[in-house]
Amino acid sequence: MTRPSPGRRDPDRASSLRLAALFFRVGAQNELQYRLNFVVQLLQSILGVAAGLVGLAVVFAHTNNLGGWSRPQLLVVMGIFLMMNGITQAFIQPSMNLLIADIQKGTLDFPLTKPVDAQVLVSVRSVDIWQAADSLIGLIIVIVGLVQQDVAVHLVDVVSFVLLMLMGTVTIYCFWLMLASTAFWLIKTDEMQELFQGLYRTGQYPVGIYPGWLRYGITFVVPLAFAITVPAEALTGRLEHLALVGAAGLTLALLVISRLLWRRGLKRYGGASS
Amino acid sequence: MITAEPASAPTAETEPGRFREFRTNASWLWRYYTQFMRLAIITQFQYRAANYFYMIGMIAEPVVYLVVWSTIARTNGGSIGGFTAGTFAAYYIVWTLVRNINIVFTPFGWEQRIKDGELSGLLLQPIHPIHRDLAFFAGWKVIVIILWLPIAAALTLIFHPSLSPTVWQCVVFFLALWGAYLIRSMFLWALGLISLWTTRVSAIFQAYFMAELLLSGRLVPLTLMPKLVRSLAGVLPFQSTFGFPITALTGPITDTQLWHGLLTQLLWIVVGGLIVKLMWRRGIRRFASVGG
Repeated sequence: MTRPSPGRRDPDRASSLRLAALFFRVGAQNELQYRLNFVVQLLQSILGVAAGLVGLAVVFAHTNNLGGWSRPQLLVVMGIFLMMNGITQAFIQPSMNLLIADIQKGTLDFPLTKPVDAQVLVSVRSVDIWQAADSLIGLIIVIVGLVQQDVAVHLVDVVSFVLLMLMGTVTIYCFWLMLASTAFWLIKTDEMQELFQGLYRTGQYPVGIYPGWLRYGITFVVPLAFAITVPAEALTGRLEHLALVGAAGLTLALLVISRLLWRRGLKRYGGASS
Repeated sequence: MITAEPASAPTAETEPGRFREFRTNASWLWRYYTQFMRLAIITQFQYRAANYFYMIGMIAEPVVYLVVWSTIARTNGGSIGGFTAGTFAAYYIVWTLVRNINIVFTPFGWEQRIKDGELSGLLLQPIHPIHRDLAFFAGWKVIVIILWLPIAAALTLIFHPSLSPTVWQCVVFFLALWGAYLIRSMFLWALGLISLWTTRVSAIFQAYFMAELLLSGRLVPLTLMPKLVRSLAGVLPFQSTFGFPITALTGPITDTQLWHGLLTQLLWIVVGGLIVKLMWRRGIRRFASVGG
C-alpha cells in the first residue's frame, strides 16, 4: 500500500484505484467484526426477495407474459435489480450519504485537505459490506431464471453482461454523485436517499413496459435502463449491439457531467472554517 | 380541514397517570395540537425542495404498479378482475394521497430518539409524547397536500383515471383518511417502541412492512389477491390503512361495506391505542432502569 506523499496534489489514476481498494478493504474488515449483522441483513434481503417473488407470482397468476417478457426472464430482471441494489447500497450509497452530511455540516474540509483527488476520496470513504447480501441473492435468482428460460446463453452474452454490469455500476455511481452534489445548492437533502430508492424501484421491470416519457426518463435522466434492463437483455437473447455502444457512450457522458457538476458545487462550498 | 379529526381523537388516548390534571383539559390539548401543527407547517414549508424529492421518490412506487397492471389489463382484452386501465389508474392515483396521509413517525426514528437522549426530554413533558407526533405529522399534511396537488394533476393527465364517487363516498373517504392516519400512527409507534427492548429491530420492521405491502392493498387491489391472502387481510389492521380508504373513493363499494370499513377502522384505532399504552408503560420502566 503506497501512501500518497503529502506534496503531491494530482496522483496518477493507478494510485487512485489503489486508494479506493485500500479504503474498501479497511471498510470491509471493519464491518466483518460484526458477523451477526450479516445474518440480520441476509434475513432482511430474503424478506425483500420474498415480497418481490410474491409480487411476480400475483402478476403471473393473471397473465403469462408482461410486455413480451416471460416469467423466468422477469426473474432475470429481478435478480439483476437486486444485484445492482446490493452493489449500490454496499459501495456507493454509504460514501454519498457521508458526503451529503459533510456538506451540510461543513466538515467536508477534512477530505478536501488530503493530497489526493477529492472526488476519489469522497467516493470511497465508507463501505457497508453486508448490504452486498442482496447481490448474492440476486445472482442466485438470475441463475434460476436462466435455467428456466428456453433461450440458450453463450459465452459472448455472459461477457457482454459482465461489461454492461460494470458500466451500469459506474452510471449509478455518477447519478448518485450528481444527486449528492446538489447538496451544495440545496443544503437539506436527507431525502436524496428516498428519492433514489423510489426511482430505483422502476428498474424492477423491463423499461419497455413503461410509457414513452417515463421510458426516456429512466434511460437518460435516471440511468436505470442501462444498468438493469440492458444487462438483462444480454442474458435473454435480446441485446442489440447498438445498446452496448449506447451504454459505453452514456457511461462516458455521465462520468464527464458528474465530474463537472461536482467541481462546480465544490466552488460553492464554504466550509466550517470560512 | 386538517384540524377536525386528530384534535378529537386524543381523548381516546392516554397520558402518564402522574399528570392526570391535564387529561380532562380538552381546551389545553386543543391548543397543544394547533400549536404543534402550526410549527410543523412553518418548519416543513421551508423545506419544499426536500419534501418534493421525498414525494417524487414515493410516487415511483404506485406508478410501477399502475403500469404493470394496466399493461396486463390491456393484453387481456381490456380488463382484469373487474379492473380496466382507467380504474387501475384511479386506484393508484388515490393511493398516492392515501400514502401521503399515512406517512407517520417512522419506527426507525426510535433508535435515534433513544441514542441521542431525545427520549429523556420527551419523558419530562407533562403529556404523552404520542400527541406531539400526532400533531406534528397532522400539521405537515397541509404542506404535503399542497405539494401533492400538481403531482395528482399530472398523473391524471397522463393515466386518465375513471373515477365517479358519490358524495357519501367522498365523506367516508375523508374520514377514512384520518382513520388510516391514526391506525398507522399507533401501530408504527408501537413497532418503534420495540427499540426499547432490543437494538436489532431492522429485520422486525422489515417483516412488518412486507406484511403491510402484501396484505393492505398497497401492492395490488386485494380483490386480485388469492383467497387465502384476502381472508388473512380480513383479520389484520393493514387493510384499513390502504385498501379501505382507496376503495371507499374509487369503488365498487356498497353502503354496508362503507359502514363496516369505518367501524373496522375505529376498532383498530382502539386496539392500536391500547397496544401503545401497554408497551409505553412497560418500555419506559425498562428505559429508566437502563439510564439508572
